[in-house]
Amino acid sequence: MSEQTSTGRYLTEAMRQKLNELAPRYPTKQALTLPALHLVQDRYRCIPPEAIVEIAEFLELAPAQVLDTMTFYGSFFRTPDAPLGQFRIWVCRSLPCSLCGGEELLHKVCHRFGVEPGGTSQDGKVTVEPAECLGACELAPCVWVNGEVVKVTTDADLDQLYERLQAGAIGESAQ
Amino acid sequence: MIRITIDGKTTNVREGTTIWEAAQQAGVEIPVLCHDPRLRPVGVCRVCVVELGDGRIAPACVRTCEPDMAVRTATERIEQHRAMLLRLLLAEHPLPCDAGRIGSCELERLGQRYGLVDQDGRVADPVLRRLRGLFLTARPKDLTSPVISVDHSACILCDRCIRACDEVQCNDVIGRSGKGHGTQIAFDLDVPMGNSSCVACGECAQACPTGALMDKTLTQIDGSIHRLEVIPSVCPYCGVGCTVDYLKDADRIVAARGRRGPGSDGRLCVKGRYGWDYTLHPHRLRVPLIRKEAYYPKRPLTTASSGGGKPSRHPLANPVPDYERALEAFREATWDEALDLIAERLAEIKKRHGSSALAGFGSAKCSNEEAYLFQKFIRAVLGTNNVDHCTRLCHASSVAALLECIGSGAVTNVYRDVERSDLILVTGSNTIENHPVAATFFKQAARRGKKLLVVDPRRPRLADYATWYCQILPGSDVAFYNALMHVIIRDELYDREFVRRRTEAFEALEATVQHYPPERAAGLCGIAPELIEEIARAIGRARAMLIFWGMGISQHTHGTDNARCLISLCLLTGNVGRPGTGLHPLRGQNNVQGASDAGLIPMVYPDYQPVGNEEVRRKFETAWGVSLDPKPGLTVVEIMNAAHEGAIKGMLMMGENPFLSDPNVNKVREALANLDFLAVQDIFLTETAEFADVVLPSASFFEKTGTYTNTDRRVQLGRPVLPPPGQARPDWEILTELFNRMGYSCSYSGPEEIFLEFAALTRSYRGLTYEALGTDGKVWPVPEPDSPEQPVLFADRFPTGSGRGRFVPCHYAPPAELPDAEFPLVLNTGRVLVHWHTGTMTRRSEPLDALCPEPYVEINPADALALDIETGMQVQVSSRRGSIVLKAIVTDRVPQRSVFIPFHFREAAANLLTIDALDPYGKIPEYKFCAVRVEPLGTRDE
Repeated sequence: MSEQTSTGRYLTEAMRQKLNELAPRYPTKQALTLPALHLVQDRYRCIPPEAIVEIAEFLELAPAQVLDTMTFYGSFFRTPDAPLGQFRIWVCRSLPCSLCGGEELLHKVCHRFGVEPGGTSQDGKVTVEPAECLGACELAPCVWVNGEVVKVTTDADLDQLYERLQAGAIGESAQ
Repeated sequence: MIRITIDGKTTNVREGTTIWEAAQQAGVEIPVLCHDPRLRPVGVCRVCVVELGDGRIAPACVRTCEPDMAVRTATERIEQHRAMLLRLLLAEHPLPCDAGRIGSCELERLGQRYGLVDQDGRVADPVLRRLRGLFLTARPKDLTSPVISVDHSACILCDRCIRACDEVQCNDVIGRSGKGHGTQIAFDLDVPMGNSSCVACGECAQACPTGALMDKTLTQIDGSIHRLEVIPSVCPYCGVGCTVDYLKDADRIVAARGRRGPGSDGRLCVKGRYGWDYTLHPHRLRVPLIRKEAYYPKRPLTTASSGGGKPSRHPLANPVPDYERALEAFREATWDEALDLIAERLAEIKKRHGSSALAGFGSAKCSNEEAYLFQKFIRAVLGTNNVDHCTRLCHASSVAALLECIGSGAVTNVYRDVERSDLILVTGSNTIENHPVAATFFKQAARRGKKLLVVDPRRPRLADYATWYCQILPGSDVAFYNALMHVIIRDELYDREFVRRRTEAFEALEATVQHYPPERAAGLCGIAPELIEEIARAIGRARAMLIFWGMGISQHTHGTDNARCLISLCLLTGNVGRPGTGLHPLRGQNNVQGASDAGLIPMVYPDYQPVGNEEVRRKFETAWGVSLDPKPGLTVVEIMNAAHEGAIKGMLMMGENPFLSDPNVNKVREALANLDFLAVQDIFLTETAEFADVVLPSASFFEKTGTYTNTDRRVQLGRPVLPPPGQARPDWEILTELFNRMGYSCSYSGPEEIFLEFAALTRSYRGLTYEALGTDGKVWPVPEPDSPEQPVLFADRFPTGSGRGRFVPCHYAPPAELPDAEFPLVLNTGRVLVHWHTGTMTRRSEPLDALCPEPYVEINPADALALDIETGMQVQVSSRRGSIVLKAIVTDRVPQRSVFIPFHFREAAANLLTIDALDPYGKIPEYKFCAVRVEPLGTRDE
């Protein structure tokens, strides 16, 4: 879950390289804070405190500055005591999705995976969270799973989602 | 200039001026909460909103003036806005908060002004009452810092603490955590303040407008802060000489605040802000003491392991000498009895053995007046030039080199001029810990894009801010700087015009440094040739370079050579005499510069006038009305050696503690015990006073008037805050008594009369009076009362015979005692942020002692691994001269094969290990290099 890499560091060489590649896109090094946090969270499913220090060192910032940015997105960045599951499901509760049964869908998804909203399944596989708007109103009501947006209207859709997830055949990496 | 109208008043302001600043100029007050003129404006609290001509509303602290702007600052609409903003802030604010309780909460004050809160701090507004019902939530206080109380409930998220920490002190400890209603300030990774990387400078507490961050001492006072007396003075600790306002409640100090001034600009460090409580410590000497017959022959009265003056939290800690036990050796005496005894014994030694059997150590912690009077006493009354002080142990070699090369031992420019440099070289100086406030200006300069080069074998924290950090091998400075000069000359990057017009002996330098190509120097100093080349080119091309150095340069047997190299580098590149350039040996004690200026030096009278010069001597003989010894006296270590051999028989010690501060202290102890007579004037019964025949209680810094000259040559007036305890008297008064009792009649109405006598005998101070010093002080030279201040010296010529600066080239030479099989590691010694020298003051300061209670040795991870040592383990460190036991800290701040020990701690005195080998010119001991061995003791201190 939050195990360190073989080099004893959370921010791996590959991540550092990726950040260096991204650097020219931004006006300052500090602007790489969010991409760095994403890379770490994607890999470890949380942001270990040591990783904050490493990010700060890499970006020549103070740890307090990274924490400042990170906690502003409090619903987004996970701490080691509440890591994300392998799959993160966002259930949209924007107005269009809610009108099409989004609230009900959230409860159904939670029930199906046996978690509370915001919680992670005991096997660490799935985290289900409400999301503000996924920007995919044409698919309402919809969910987002590791980067892939799926329309879920019927129980059959939910079954299919469940099976794809069990098979690991969902999300950006599966496409 | 831009013309704008504020509430009908027309005013002209410079472009870029904010509306708030313009209003200040026009005498119109606009309320603010998040704004502090020392910080970058952020405009987050919106209390400063004003109405513009077109009815738009703008925050005055961030909005800049535009031509013909018509600003109204207090329309009904604006006042309604402000009242609503204040309601929202007060809705979540404890009433009163800790600051409100003593009348210093800016939010509550505004709340009262807007009728939301009454004078007793009760809610007086129905809307506010309703809002408080909805939003008020108590958050627990964080009291983990020994000095600052944190109350998140009182925080209004104005950002002032964050900017004070980031922008002013450049420590970046504080940020925010969370968002929305849950947002609060956070230390590091949102840990309690006491567990964070906070260095307790208190800049945040000074900046906080409410009781969110507050000096703990202020949370404990009764009544209003406004009833406290505010005394403008200076800090008693280091040579930066920060300007301080002390807040006094009855007979105690309750807080210190940085006062804005031309030097420190209102900044303070942990020692200056919180380290004043030593002055009220119960161990303060209150009556004169005379040694009892039973305690001869003399020996130390306390031992390091006998338990301290208070319960020990650490098995080996013994913070201060066992006062009670030491006191047993003395009986109380009247002033008359004690002073008569001193006069009698000193006269007797003089008569029997001659003046040269007497000596005196003054102190760089005493004032200019006291330093002047002390050397006058030793010279005019005792009849010898055997007078010296601890400057000998810090910058004697720097001064020797400066006098030799450019004819003046003081700094050529002030530390704040880094604002006009483009390259700053800091070498042999742990500035962040030893000159913390000067370091804030270096850190700021580096953040503003100026190049910062840090050279030091032990990685100082300043290296984190540096463009280049060179971890040279200990003792290899000459090789490194010669290599830089080699490249600068080889690539013709030196300032030919400056070298031609302003210097001499360039050929000699050229001939010497040609032996130091980077490839060869790399082998000596451990820095890659490519890096040497890169740095040399950057220095050669820099428009303005300022060089700062500390004990890492001076405290070597080749300390004078090290300083000569730095001076040569400056002369070679034309970096003297212009804005942003210069040579600045950072002075350690608050009055190192002044004590030297006042003549506490065996070879010179006040203002560096040589005792050997007949004309000079006649001048002083006329002024003092006695004949004077033309022979230069002995220096600190030479005096101790002479005492050891029995040639020096009697000594007067004013505020010095050589027992801990001098190298090879075992020998010092023998020397002190060997004296026929020793009189000590001090504020505490120091380790040195344990060898005294008579001990006189002195007034501390806080209990007397006097001037102190900081590292910038700035002469500043220290004002009395408290009365001296018991019968303690200021040193100048004690000295006057001794003068009279030894047949030299004199009387002074007060310190200013002494100051004027001293100033009149100098060129540098001649134009100064206390009145002229005011609260900001003055940078010398001030030969005439109307002389303009000269922060930058030597624009046209140097005060040498030829008017030119002189290159004095030197070759690399190894240190006196190299590591070998028996003692394989190099010992480096120095100070830590929270402690001061021999700890006499800081170890009796509760907050400072709490922050760093025990001695330690830093050891590199590779050496620790080889020796099977872990952090926290007790180890024994031994040299050829002694051995001590202390805790190990494994860190890569020290290079491999090297260890570092702070010298403040009596129970593990680093100077038991150090070598008393001297630099041949400056006579400074090699504190920064001797060979030691480290052995684990196998017990872990948990």
